[in-house]
Amino acid sequence: MDWINAVLQGVLLGGQYALLACGLSLIFGVMRIVNLAHGVLAVASAYLAYWLVQQTGMPAFLTIVIVIPVLAAVGYAIQRGLFNPALRHGELSPLLVSFGLAVIGANLLQEIFTADSRKISIGDLSTASVELGGLRLGAFSLLTLVVAVAVIVGLQLYLSHTRIGRAMRATKDDPEAATLMGIDERHMYALATAIAIGTVALAGVFLGMSTQFSPTYGDLVLIFAFEAVIIGGLGSLWGTLLGGLVLGVAQTVGAQIDPAYGVLAGHLVFLVVLLFRPQGLLSKAVVA
Amino acid sequence: MTPTIKVVRGGWPSLAGGGVLAAIVVFLAAAPWFVFSPGDVTNLVTLFALIILGTTWNLMAGYGGLVSIGQQAFIGAGGYGVIKLADIAGLPIPVAVVAAGVVCAALALPTSFLLFRLVGGYFAIGTWVVAEVFKLVTQELPGFGGGSGLSLTAFQGVDRVTRIATVYYLALALAVLVVLATYVLMRSRIGLGLTAIRDDPTAAASLGVAVRRSRRIVYVAASGGAGLAGALIAVNGLRVSPDSMFSVQYTAFMIFIVVIGGLGTIEGPILGAVIFFALQQVLDSYGTWYLIALGAVAIAVVLLAPRGLWGLATRGRYEVFPVGHQVYPQGSPQEAQSVDFEVESRR
Repeated sequence: MDWINAVLQGVLLGGQYALLACGLSLIFGVMRIVNLAHGVLAVASAYLAYWLVQQTGMPAFLTIVIVIPVLAAVGYAIQRGLFNPALRHGELSPLLVSFGLAVIGANLLQEIFTADSRKISIGDLSTASVELGGLRLGAFSLLTLVVAVAVIVGLQLYLSHTRIGRAMRATKDDPEAATLMGIDERHMYALATAIAIGTVALAGVFLGMSTQFSPTYGDLVLIFAFEAVIIGGLGSLWGTLLGGLVLGVAQTVGAQIDPAYGVLAGHLVFLVVLLFRPQGLLSKAVVA
Repeated sequence: MTPTIKVVRGGWPSLAGGGVLAAIVVFLAAAPWFVFSPGDVTNLVTLFALIILGTTWNLMAGYGGLVSIGQQAFIGAGGYGVIKLADIAGLPIPVAVVAAGVVCAALALPTSFLLFRLVGGYFAIGTWVVAEVFKLVTQELPGFGGGSGLSLTAFQGVDRVTRIATVYYLALALAVLVVLATYVLMRSRIGLGLTAIRDDPTAAASLGVAVRRSRRIVYVAASGGAGLAGALIAVNGLRVSPDSMFSVQYTAFMIFIVVIGGLGTIEGPILGAVIFFALQQVLDSYGTWYLIALGAVAIAVVLLAPRGLWGLATRGRYEVFPVGHQVYPQGSPQEAQSVDFEVESRR
């Protein structure tokens, strides 16, 4: 029973990882940019929500109405102002720029909010649970998983069925041909980043509601999100969902063996996937 | 009439630059006798470690195109390794430091087979995960002090001046050796291949450069270098802990040093390390703001001066360590004006 419980809790934890990872997956999928500022942006979203609750006393869930558009705008600005110019210097430059952003972001957060841990209070919901065949599942974790699946389904539908989504995929497949068809490549990239960072904002607020966070927490978020993306398969959103779940289960099952082994077990599963299926579980792409 | 051209590698300007550098090294070797206080000497060891870190990270990222953000795996392994080798195996400190570097290079070889399945940014993240695994395993291994770490005891009973001097000369010698070894490597056949990989991996492969093998060589060599630096940091600080030795902060430092100095040059990381070290000494009291400024400067350099400060100052036309060839036109002035190019294209 303990093991079944560990797996179920892992699936719920995986929902959070998948939610955190889908923005990363989208940015990589469209622009081949590896955004090292991803984790910091998630934590910054959590801080923004925390600050809003502190300042205005608004309900925690309502903050996403403000946090998501703000971060999406930040994402648009980062892409237009920094990543697009960096892309002209080759694929190394955006990586270095995003690393610079991550360092700036983490230290700014520390300067403004100190290094103390915070948590966004959601009242009774944080302890509420659902009874399922003798197992107790956290209501909030369940909600996170549902939101993660909804976001990924939404992104897939958006990319495949809307005009802008089609333009984005066209730009991804062949930027020059897309430009010839009248698509503004730089705007498309910026929109993709805005959407991606919007999902990061949502994930960050959920993260802030479920756990204690501090300015350096972004490092862990970045690693877990990347592991989810790579386990699932590069550039595949469904893969990212699966990757998040696999990572979550690996961590909770590892922690069931010995609490100190939780994170390590996640890393090891990641390395095993690299060894035997480097293209990821759900990707047909050739990697190296 | 076709203009005659003269191809020069180095020449007297490089010799002069090399002479200045050699003079600086001689000065640094003599300085503890009459200039520096023990505190300065200990600080300078940090500079030498930074030069090693910058040079080897550049070898990997600047020439091999391998952006690792996980070299702290080997900094940490080198730090823990030197303490184990000196305290348990009883090796003399200089031997233990070099041996720690060798151990790190040996660890990097199997790691490379795993990580080379990833490319670009995913390789970067993979290296970080490996560094985290190294850290977590180190914490769990018996005899490694868990979360609080280890202290170096081999220096107990050695007087302070001898200890500081040993570490100082060791660090200076290793920094000089690492830079010279990088220079020799870059002038070799492998180095020519690496320069081609830096400019265009696909084109290099089509010309018969063994891209994968060359990259593996630089990855292993750079990891050995990171191990040496980690070992120096450990014997200089006398203590290691998982959170400090395996800190991703080191990667931030290496990237700043190389990017600000000049990616893909031998001189750039040295210049970058000196600038970084000087800024650190002056601005360290500003803590977070200092790191924020450093991040902003790095972004500005990437976007506005992608060849770094060394590239900005020399425009690729001068090398202290002559690796490339310069082409000069000879003949009439008109012809001289029409032939103005470099054999080696730089980004």
